[in-house]
Amino acid sequence: MIGILRNRLRLGRQTIAYPEGPARFPARFHGRPALDAARCVAGCSACAEACPTDALVGLGTPRLGIDMGACLFCARCAEACPEGAIAFTRDYRLAMRTRDELVARGDVPTLARALDAAMQRRFGRSLRLRQVSAGGCSGCEAELNAAGNIQFDLSRFGVAFVASPRHADGLVVTGPVSEHMRGALRATWEAVPAPRLLIAVGACAISGGPLAGSPVCHDGVEAGLPGVPVDLFIPGCPPHPVTILDGLLRLLGRVEGDRLALAETGVVE
Amino acid sequence: MPGRMLRTGNGEAVAVGDVPLLAPQAFQDVLSAALSAGERVVSYHGEQAPEGGVRVTAALADDRAHTLGLVATTAVGALPSLAATWPALQLFERELLEGHGVVPAGHPWSKPVRFEAPGRLAGTAAGSHADRMAAYPFYAVEGEEVHEVAVGPVHAGVIEPGHFRFQCHGEEVFHLEIVLGYQHRGVEGLLEGGPTRRTVALAESVAGDTAVGHALAHARAVEALAGTAAPPRAAAIRAVALELERLANHVGDLGAIAGDVGFLPTASACGALRAEFLNALAELCGNRFGRGLVVPGGVRYDLSAGDAARLAARLAAAWEAVTATLRVFFRAASVRNRTDGTGVVAPALARSLGLVGPAGRASGLAVDARTSHPFPPYDAAPVALATQPGGDVSARARIRRDEAAHSAAFVRAVLAALPAGPIRGEVPAPRPDRLVVSLVEGWRGELCHAVRTGPDGRFTRYKVVDPSFHNWMGLQLAVRGEGISDFPLCNKSFNLSYAGHDL
Repeated sequence: MIGILRNRLRLGRQTIAYPEGPARFPARFHGRPALDAARCVAGCSACAEACPTDALVGLGTPRLGIDMGACLFCARCAEACPEGAIAFTRDYRLAMRTRDELVARGDVPTLARALDAAMQRRFGRSLRLRQVSAGGCSGCEAELNAAGNIQFDLSRFGVAFVASPRHADGLVVTGPVSEHMRGALRATWEAVPAPRLLIAVGACAISGGPLAGSPVCHDGVEAGLPGVPVDLFIPGCPPHPVTILDGLLRLLGRVEGDRLALAETGVVE
Repeated sequence: MPGRMLRTGNGEAVAVGDVPLLAPQAFQDVLSAALSAGERVVSYHGEQAPEGGVRVTAALADDRAHTLGLVATTAVGALPSLAATWPALQLFERELLEGHGVVPAGHPWSKPVRFEAPGRLAGTAAGSHADRMAAYPFYAVEGEEVHEVAVGPVHAGVIEPGHFRFQCHGEEVFHLEIVLGYQHRGVEGLLEGGPTRRTVALAESVAGDTAVGHALAHARAVEALAGTAAPPRAAAIRAVALELERLANHVGDLGAIAGDVGFLPTASACGALRAEFLNALAELCGNRFGRGLVVPGGVRYDLSAGDAARLAARLAAAWEAVTATLRVFFRAASVRNRTDGTGVVAPALARSLGLVGPAGRASGLAVDARTSHPFPPYDAAPVALATQPGGDVSARARIRRDEAAHSAAFVRAVLAALPAGPIRGEVPAPRPDRLVVSLVEGWRGELCHAVRTGPDGRFTRYKVVDPSFHNWMGLQLAVRGEGISDFPLCNKSFNLSYAGHDL
């Protein structure tokens, strides 16, 4: 018993300072892309030829962009661009309310809008979510679990994952929606009482990600669960737990404003 | 007179034409002789044969001689099943039926693997997945007070889907049948025709918690097909990443086991400490799962001497905290009470099922590709092989502790002496008509990528064998005779991948 307590004391406080304080990110973390369309040369497609998921749009035009819903944040495009038109910032605020907003252009962050006042009243201080992995590789699932551990501690905001869809206020979907999970996903969604939220986490659930075009998958939740609008898209492969936290808290109106709370880890420069 | 196998090594490409193509009977004789001599099946896969029918290629591992053996046959319609004699083949034979229509005549347990639609060849059941699932021939136990418990595909936690069907007598599990396939994404089919700009990301997505391991198995396969190898510095950084992946998952698993026996101090501490190793991967390449680090030819990110030293110091502190929290865990009587003697897989059963990784080593099997089929830097600086004799949950927990300790020491040593030189070399196009078997010891066990190129150098067959493919049957048999309430604990002690199995 003494040993257990001593070990506990030694570990100290484990929960991160975010959102009151900064979140620490390594120097090589790839967050929101920053694009300089003026440097993009018409006729060059080096970035698109390096991209694993066809995430680049508007090549050689002022509308140069990266579809963060497809992006794996591997930064191969930035590596390939001979003009330095593409860079990845460490801005972890990537979640959006609509599919169109996920296309990053220029170097200005778009931030997820909060739910309307009535929905905020309902879910703002207590949100129970059911998770369904529909062809997820376990990457996004692992980061959703991590968001609930003592480090990121989702439950301090009243957000928790529950076992039964009957107890849930919404569904979090990961994976490209394999054909073999389509029925179970639909059944789970139908079992969640309305009003309810649908949240897509990860490149696969948003666009199919690396599995896009698979003959046995549905390129994500919009096609895999047709007729149900997605309330929040959290991109990444997988998204960092802080990105998940930030998305959920902005949706609930618990984090507002455009202050970016970043700190260094000081390990690899 | 039995035929012969082509002897090769881990990650050595051979000309497809050099693989002995035997008559079915001779092929099976060679296979049986090799298995009798203690070799293991690492891959057993089909592809459309140019001569008609299905070309079946078997890859066997001789762990003591550090070699692999290749042999092939052409199956037309059916092949007599060997599964009753060699249970390690049972799932491979079922997969061959589902994917290629080769009927394993006399198979004792011929059931769907992942409900693949009749795609590659006719012969599998038609209809929608729901129809085929509804027709699944569950093994049923009958009798008074016998009852059935069905769980899944959607489980209580944030985990992948699968269906578990228990036949119980009161609390006691007589039989558990695990039906997978819900996660089937057609990964092998998407890889075929490659390499393309998407190939590495697909390999990383086979099982997201083993992104480094699968990327490495893929990269080494491509390098062999191209007739090149990664420079020593890249090999060292890859090994660091592979061991960090092992550390993160083993520490996370120990926390999950602690959680399932209600030992919360270690459960919560390990949940956070696991992040130290994921964060170390993110320091290396920006991604907590090491995605984007390993590529054919080498790695995409380097470490300066200062970076390596700071990373090593950070990891040393993390490992010290892990050691302390595991010490109280393994000492606690309440933990021993739940883990000792629970979910036993006896060594003989483990061997016959062909278990790999920590699950196999916890049942006394000396299977570890890092020692039996090593590549740089493991060949020069071997990692100690850990085994446990017990085969129970306790043994599967202890094996993780011991392996994590070896990994921590290995990472420290490699980071202290990174070889000089480039981190990435040129990779020519894969050579035509070659076959390579690339083995990597991932944290869950042996990852096998068996890749064959066609006349144009493109992948015409890309077979992935995740360790989960070998091990799911082990979990099903481990819970026989246990209370059903111990299932979650047994399950955590295996912690297998659904996506890796379903592909």
